[in-house]
Amino acid sequence: MTIFLQTFVNALALGSLYGLIALGYTLVYGVLRFINFAHSDIFMIGAWISFTFTGWLGWSTGAPAYALPVILVLAMGFCALLAVAIEQIAYKPLRKAPRLNVLITAIGVSLFLQNTGVLKQVFGTQPQRMPSLVNDHVMFTLAGVGVQFVDVLVVLLAGALMLLLQWMVFRTRLGRAMRAVSFDERTASLMGINVNQVISITFGIGSALAAAAGLLYALKYGSLKQSADATWVLLGLKAFVAAVIGGIGNVRGAVAGGVLIGFLEMYGAAYLSPHLKDVYVFVVLIGVLLVKPSGLFGKAVVEKV
Amino acid sequence: MKTLAERTAAQRPNVALTALLSLAPLAVGVIAAFLLQAVLAPAVGPFYAKLVLDVGIAILLSVSLNIVNGFAGQFSLGHGGFMLVGGYTAAYLTYYGSIALWGTAEIHGGFMEGGDIFFMVACVVGGIVAALAGLLVGLPSLRLRGDYLAIVTLGFGEIMRVVIQRTGDVLPVAEAKQKGMLGSLTNVGGSLGFTDVPQYVSPTPWLEKTGHAGIFFTYIFVAICVVVAFRLKASSNGRALLAVRENEVAAEAMGVVTARAKVTAFVMAAFFAGIAGGLFGHQSTLSPSELGFQKSIDIVIMVVLGGMGSISGAVLAAIVLTLLPEALRNFSQYRMIIYALSLIAIMIARPQGLFGTKEIWETTWWRRLFGRRTKAEAP
Repeated sequence: MTIFLQTFVNALALGSLYGLIALGYTLVYGVLRFINFAHSDIFMIGAWISFTFTGWLGWSTGAPAYALPVILVLAMGFCALLAVAIEQIAYKPLRKAPRLNVLITAIGVSLFLQNTGVLKQVFGTQPQRMPSLVNDHVMFTLAGVGVQFVDVLVVLLAGALMLLLQWMVFRTRLGRAMRAVSFDERTASLMGINVNQVISITFGIGSALAAAAGLLYALKYGSLKQSADATWVLLGLKAFVAAVIGGIGNVRGAVAGGVLIGFLEMYGAAYLSPHLKDVYVFVVLIGVLLVKPSGLFGKAVVEKV
Repeated sequence: MKTLAERTAAQRPNVALTALLSLAPLAVGVIAAFLLQAVLAPAVGPFYAKLVLDVGIAILLSVSLNIVNGFAGQFSLGHGGFMLVGGYTAAYLTYYGSIALWGTAEIHGGFMEGGDIFFMVACVVGGIVAALAGLLVGLPSLRLRGDYLAIVTLGFGEIMRVVIQRTGDVLPVAEAKQKGMLGSLTNVGGSLGFTDVPQYVSPTPWLEKTGHAGIFFTYIFVAICVVVAFRLKASSNGRALLAVRENEVAAEAMGVVTARAKVTAFVMAAFFAGIAGGLFGHQSTLSPSELGFQKSIDIVIMVVLGGMGSISGAVLAAIVLTLLPEALRNFSQYRMIIYALSLIAIMIARPQGLFGTKEIWETTWWRRLFGRRTKAEAP
């Protein structure tokens, strides 16, 4: 029972992180219909830039109570600006090109970010430890399982951001514009929506969420591998799987998929074999796609001649 | 006056002669492979000989992926996974097979003797096993298209990689003899990689009696793959693939069995990727981390850069993209950044790849440079 509950807490925290990253994939897929392979690198930069900002502000050894919100806003803002710049330079010229080209460009951007990150003037090749920004302690004990403050923080903050995004997509003018672009780009532009602007903003929002996920990841797990390390890509890939399982393009599905993947990975690791945790994720992905090719919550698209 | 039978006999092509002539490109390929091994490799030394070898394997991979991505238009990210399957099958056969046959895990015999033949057969078997895996992955492609197919193929590659990483250590010779070939099926090295694979594909510059002609073997397979790709493109089966790429619904309406065409493309591509894996694995150590998702992406980049469906483009892109990082070696830490930036720049400047769907000699600038002017074109 203890293992079950401990796993539950871990799975919920990891699942929230996956959900946050998956939202970025889903948002971009919704408006541009392509897999943004560079998204996992934005997540990586979110984690590293949080570390860098913490150092610059002199909070590496002890942080005041307002450190976390400050770093969160800085990291999210930085990644949003970076993503908008990337979109303008690398993706915008390819609006009319085949999707495969945009995909290759995204891979190019991904390689660029990874290898710029390892330069010693940027983040360097050494792995780093993220200083704890919050006073981490066991908050409460539940049936013998000590629930850490950082776990609660991850789940609450991720949940709050997801709700904020929900509100934004379904309740604001901008959200309506995003959904319109996603539904039919041409008609949306005829209705007076500035499609390019909406796409840029969508990129920015998705990347800000990835940056938040990066900061939370750094706080929860502490160690930051160098930016070209495969762990970042694999984390991003699993978040992407979450978006696909939830039905790519579907905002609520991405969150559900993320939590599902988190639970699958953690319970698989705890009860079956910890070494095969990546296998479960991909096996379930293939299974879901074979049964329901558009994902669990996705709408089937009928091809018209 | 000749009878009808005589006249039709005169019209009928000489089957034996045609068959012989159709082997000519293959013969040229084998001769070229031999010249690369016997003349070029010793002339340039071991470092560049290794590059020649890498280029050969890259050509094999990009031309074969071009069958799926370029001809059939099915976006596959699983080529690294097929390489992994083929490479491990071949390495398992040569390592434990050599122990079973000759009692050692070393290279057996000289040039084109028992060991070399055994190695080539092992590569082909690796290709066949990879082709079976391709059949397995190709079947879901009947239901999935576009990005989803890419994700499934990618997932397949990742599953293969993790499974291989969980296997046991490679057994030493004495233990391997005792356990037999079947008993050591799961001992292929795990995450450390398959060490001590006999180095049949090792870039030695000169053919010595005990040496190994890696470049020769590699380019024989390259020749076969390139000839098969050209033949396929010109055949009705190949045109069926091109039709599937251009418009699946229209292709079906024209009588193409799209499901069969797609799976055929997958199986063929996986076969050559498996062979490439075998060649890749017999250099020194076969490591699962080298053949992951990143490798698949490298190959996709080659195909897209060369132009989807252009065989000569795929060959050229494989050469350029293998040599480019080496050429940038002096900039060491900046080389991957330059590589990434040039990739983005090329995609923006030339979205259709270097040659689009055309072969090099079908492009207008080639015709302008080398083409003979016909009367219609003359000013």
